Amino acid sequence: MTDNKLIDLVNITKSYGDNIVLDELNLYIRENEFLTLLGPSGCGKTTTLRIIGGFENPDQGQVIFEGKDITKMAPNERQLNTVFQKYALFNHLSIAENIAFGLKIKKKSKVYIDDKIKYALKLVNLDGFENRMPDSLSGGQQQRIAIARAIVNEPKVLLLDEPLGALDLKLRQDMQYELIRLKNELGITFIYVTHDQEEALTMSDTIVVMNQGYIQQIGTPEDIYNEPQNAFVADFIGESNILPSIMIEDKLVNILGTNFACVDTGFGRNKPVDVVIRPEDIDLVKPDEGTIKGVVTSLLFKGVHYEMEVSAHGHDWLVHSTDLAAVGSEVGILVDPFDIQIMNKPESEDEEAVELEM
Amino acid sequence: MKISNVLNTKAPKATIKKSGMSSLGIRNTRWLSFPYILWMVGFIIIPLIVILYYGMTTNDKQFTLENISSILNPINLRALLFALRLSLISTVICLILAYPLAMILNKSKMKSNSFIVMIIILPMWMNFLLRTIAWQNILERTGIINTVLKFFNLPMLNIINTPSAIVLGMVYNFLPFMVLPIYNVLIKIDKDIVNAARDLGANSRQTLFKIILPLSLPGVISGITMVFVPSLTTFVISNILGGSKIVLIGNVIEQQFRIGNWHTGSGLSLVLMIFILISMAILSKYDKESEGSNLW
Ligand SMILES: Nc1ncnc2c1ncn2[C@@H]1O[C@H](COP(=O)(O)OP(=O)(O)O)[C@@H](O)[C@H]1O
Ligand SMILES: [Mg+2]
Repeated sequence: MTDNKLIDLVNITKSYGDNIVLDELNLYIRENEFLTLLGPSGCGKTTTLRIIGGFENPDQGQVIFEGKDITKMAPNERQLNTVFQKYALFNHLSIAENIAFGLKIKKKSKVYIDDKIKYALKLVNLDGFENRMPDSLSGGQQQRIAIARAIVNEPKVLLLDEPLGALDLKLRQDMQYELIRLKNELGITFIYVTHDQEEALTMSDTIVVMNQGYIQQIGTPEDIYNEPQNAFVADFIGESNILPSIMIEDKLVNILGTNFACVDTGFGRNKPVDVVIRPEDIDLVKPDEGTIKGVVTSLLFKGVHYEMEVSAHGHDWLVHSTDLAAVGSEVGILVDPFDIQIMNKPESEDEEAVELEM
Repeated sequence: MKISNVLNTKAPKATIKKSGMSSLGIRNTRWLSFPYILWMVGFIIIPLIVILYYGMTTNDKQFTLENISSILNPINLRALLFALRLSLISTVICLILAYPLAMILNKSKMKSNSFIVMIIILPMWMNFLLRTIAWQNILERTGIINTVLKFFNLPMLNIINTPSAIVLGMVYNFLPFMVLPIYNVLIKIDKDIVNAARDLGANSRQTLFKIILPLSLPGVISGITMVFVPSLTTFVISNILGGSKIVLIGNVIEQQFRIGNWHTGSGLSLVLMIFILISMAILSKYDKESEGSNLW
């Protein structure tokens, strides 16, 4: 990944009728980046991708590609290719013809095209599928053909719209690795859309968390997971305890009536904030050794760890731990200052969806 | 039974497959098909057998191929060739008019869509005979068009009782049968398939010829069959708009039945049926090719 901005979305606004889908969205994508748009269904991810691909025109704003304004450029003239959510293979053409489609239009030689087909099929592990028809293939295979069809054109950017959405879990995980491998082998920029946070955390260099047409946070997977900037991100990414609290002073926060040491500064004095604590960051200790005491109210075995709920100070704390505490037992809750993430409270309901300054 | 194939596009075939798989109650519901079987036997199979019988026998119940070979009689042959020519022309005109119309309908994803479809179907609710007679009145020497033309001192339009009038009647009557099947396949083509073609570098013309046209071929083929077959066999349109001088094969057959010669009439009908079956076989072969090797 370089620092060159390859694509720059400037003040993009798009609405369908009264429904404002994107509102003054600003986002840049760097060369060679694996950037993921992550958000719940209907938050405007596909619309953003379609605007980059040229299938939708924004009402306002510009799409800049390598410094040139391409907002009004037709899709066939853009140097990017798309892998569509439902594959969109041409069912009347064989696999080889599907893959060759873009190359034939660019009038490449037959030798070149045949070479490319072979190469692409190898890349997606489907050698020998040239003469099959698309609907004789499984979903995962069709998906890989859709990817092969896009990459033979050597686009600068590959747009992928929930490409693994229709696959079952095992295949999805395999495909995640294959996509990362592909990206590394090809050295092209990926813009990836998903509503699956795990997928986003596994694959991306950069994650853009969206909600209701606004960007909530942009950062590396670690940033997003460890330092969510608001309750929406904290809630959407992984499981978390979100606790209404008061920032007493720098490095001291009052959570549900008890003071906890933390590492955040600059929130002011006696300011209401939200605190995020990940369930795996809570240590259960003997009642007297904890910062606060609580009672275990439920216990579930989750394979790698136990999931427990601890009722303490009027809140059910979600705890993931490899140590087990029986239901009904009294425990102490201990949290490392590092693991307490402070977030500004939204000032009104609406602001939960408000765009954050980068 | 061929016709029902033509009317169906892909979706129904898939559903048939599915419902067939539900083992539940195939045996129990079998009796439900009884009325349809009865209907088919009574109104399709028996008439076919009757026509076969009459077509291959003489007045005194002797087997003969003369009824069938009477198609080689120059007058009949000319009527057949002429009917073939006019119905081909009508089919081509219908296709040229219907395809863009179906595309426009498909593009305009407006609420008015069903309204436009209504307008196309609406004339079909009027009696076929009435519609054709209306055209006769419009085209007549003293008809509406000529009255208007005369009023403005323009030259008269003399197309009544010409092949053009027959083609006009065929196109007018059968155009909806071309538009609807094409429209039906077009609306089923996923928008992202078209987007994918654009994405891969195809301009709108290339997308039309390489993607949309081939994918809509099943609809085009249904449309062609549904216009070509009734055009080939019609005698009403040629009677009303073609006058007495133009004789199509449909008119010949009708006359044979009118004068009580069921045998020749049936024989000629059989020949016509063979032509229709051949044309459908050719078309369905194209249809298969367009779908590639996949089995539906
Ligand atoms: N063609 C369209 N016409 C009307 N509304 C649309 C259209 N496409 C998307 N929308 C609306 O825009 C919003 C965002 O859609 P989309 O970008 O597809 O979300 P996502 O991909 O994040 O699930 C949704 O509310 C959706 O209903
Ligand atoms: Mg989407």
